[in-house]
Amino acid sequence: MSDNGKLDCGRRRLIFATATVGGAGAVAAAVPFVSSMLPSERAKAAGAPVEVDISRLESGQMMIVEWQGKPVWIVRRTPAMLETLAQVTGEISDPESKASQQPDYCKNQQRSYEKRPEVLVMIGICTHLGCSPSAKFKAGAEEGMTADWKGGFLCPCHGSTFDFAGRVFKAKPAPTNLPIPPHRYLSEQRILIGEHPTEA
Amino acid sequence: MSSNSQYEKYKSDGSLLGALLEWVDVRFPATALWRSQVGEYYAPKNFNFWYFFGSLALMVLVMQIVTGIFLVMHYKPDGSLDANGIRVAFASINYIMYDVPWGWLIRYMHSTGASAFFIVVYLHMFRGILYGSYRKPRELVWVLGVLIFLCLMAEAFMGYLLPWGQMSFWGAQVIINLFSAIPLVGEPLSVWIRGDVNIGDATLNRFFSFHVIAVPLVLLGLVAAHLIALHEVGSNNPDGVEIGKHTNEKGIPLDGIPFHPYYTVKDIVGVVVFLALFSIVVFFVPEGGGYFLEYNNFFQADPMKTPPHIAPVWYFTPFYSMLRAMVWNFFWVEAKFWGVVAMGAGVVILAFLPWLDRAPAKSIRYRGPIFKTLLAIFVFGFLILGFLGTKVPGYKIFGVSWLDGDIIAQIFTVYYFLFFLTMPLWSKIDKCKPVPERVTWK
Repeated sequence: MSDNGKLDCGRRRLIFATATVGGAGAVAAAVPFVSSMLPSERAKAAGAPVEVDISRLESGQMMIVEWQGKPVWIVRRTPAMLETLAQVTGEISDPESKASQQPDYCKNQQRSYEKRPEVLVMIGICTHLGCSPSAKFKAGAEEGMTADWKGGFLCPCHGSTFDFAGRVFKAKPAPTNLPIPPHRYLSEQRILIGEHPTEA
Repeated sequence: MSSNSQYEKYKSDGSLLGALLEWVDVRFPATALWRSQVGEYYAPKNFNFWYFFGSLALMVLVMQIVTGIFLVMHYKPDGSLDANGIRVAFASINYIMYDVPWGWLIRYMHSTGASAFFIVVYLHMFRGILYGSYRKPRELVWVLGVLIFLCLMAEAFMGYLLPWGQMSFWGAQVIINLFSAIPLVGEPLSVWIRGDVNIGDATLNRFFSFHVIAVPLVLLGLVAAHLIALHEVGSNNPDGVEIGKHTNEKGIPLDGIPFHPYYTVKDIVGVVVFLALFSIVVFFVPEGGGYFLEYNNFFQADPMKTPPHIAPVWYFTPFYSMLRAMVWNFFWVEAKFWGVVAMGAGVVILAFLPWLDRAPAKSIRYRGPIFKTLLAIFVFGFLILGFLGTKVPGYKIFGVSWLDGDIIAQIFTVYYFLFFLTMPLWSKIDKCKPVPERVTWK
């Protein structure tokens, strides 16, 4: 308002222009601060592929290796474990892993290389809220599961259950199956986690 | 009350101290501030037990700041491994506990103080609901209070990561992953919050920064605003009547007494009782039976392995239960997003209370049976939600199969929201008793 009570449009425009320029400056000044919270170059550079020797992993056993700060499970499944996959398919929410994350060469029922069906390489992080599920390999109620449990994994945080291929059962909070990382075989007993096969 | 000009400047009695105060008072509104905020702030004379918790909250805030300052002298926000293969942050907590003189006391005061803060604040908020302290003209006092509560939750959550124990790590993992449920921006947002694709050193350092600088600054500002707003409109009281309606010839409320010395002295009694109880916990049960400090947090963070049972600290569990109660996908968005929405909305809906309540009486003393019944169920439900939030999914109350914890949590979550959302209807038709003109006082 000017002194005579009338709106001073010139001043109003100046206030508007000043506020706009000042606001734009404030937003521009915020960019470096907000960006500084993104992963640093060092954090991005971490996560090189990890080589694993599975020669000492016995049938029915599981080992955990760290890749990109995440637990990667390697399970050498017994024929009996693999047989359960077909039995539970009806209770699985995404049996063909259509919505789930895995390389094409593992997009099958057992979610591993066709030539190595027994070796499951999987990221042990629940797709719900990121807890690491626990192995509940014994069938039945022995490990605190229900009597009709056929073996697999249980997420302790919110109760999602997974079969021996990391496929989530229906009506559980996890939206998709456990992810399969890119991996390739360097030899019969050596796996490189974090890289796709060179041929394929 | 707010204007400084209505208070006379201090006139020296000739003493040295008096002359100093006079000199200051010309340059700074010392007398005006003291008189308007404390010495001549007239509070209703009928405050009861429930009115201890505001001043106690302020005292706990000061205690947390002081103990926090001394903890920062020894704590190291570093997620890397030391020469002994122990994570540096975790090791520095043990260093405080075992090697720093009196470090254990300062640390336990701080960790127990967090739980004490929430106990006091929950009771303080419940007082507001009991006596309608959020009603006009105190809406802003209430809204500022809800913001303080939100800040406090952020502060507690970030502080809990710092010891870098198993619960620190996996609790933060779950809560930050909640943000990834937000459609489109969720995934990049959670990476931005963590500063990495996983929780790690970057996350620990920024949480430390937020916990000791950013959030406390905001918190202090909000507390100041909460008090300034309160002293502008005046305190409510157990009768829910405005004492400003009946004043003497000087404009002083007939039912008001100066905050100092009357309530400062009363509040000191509260502080003494509180500190006695607080000391019992700090000295004899600092872990609070696993509720104040969870047992799994005495193991260092292991990104490879989630503890078999993870639950948040007790003060988050009612809202955590609401999060878990959402298991349905709506509108093609997955259930976990709605869980996040329920948890956030559970807190935010409190801010709307002043506009949801349409009852003619403010205080529960004069409100009708509908309010009393629904509030009793609300409190019961909130406690049950809190209890169930500490339990594993699929928990059965008393081991009885039909007392399914998941379903009960869903029922009380729905009730929690219906209590607020239907309030405009039932609060209006509730049969209130006539409200007295003046406060009741024996």
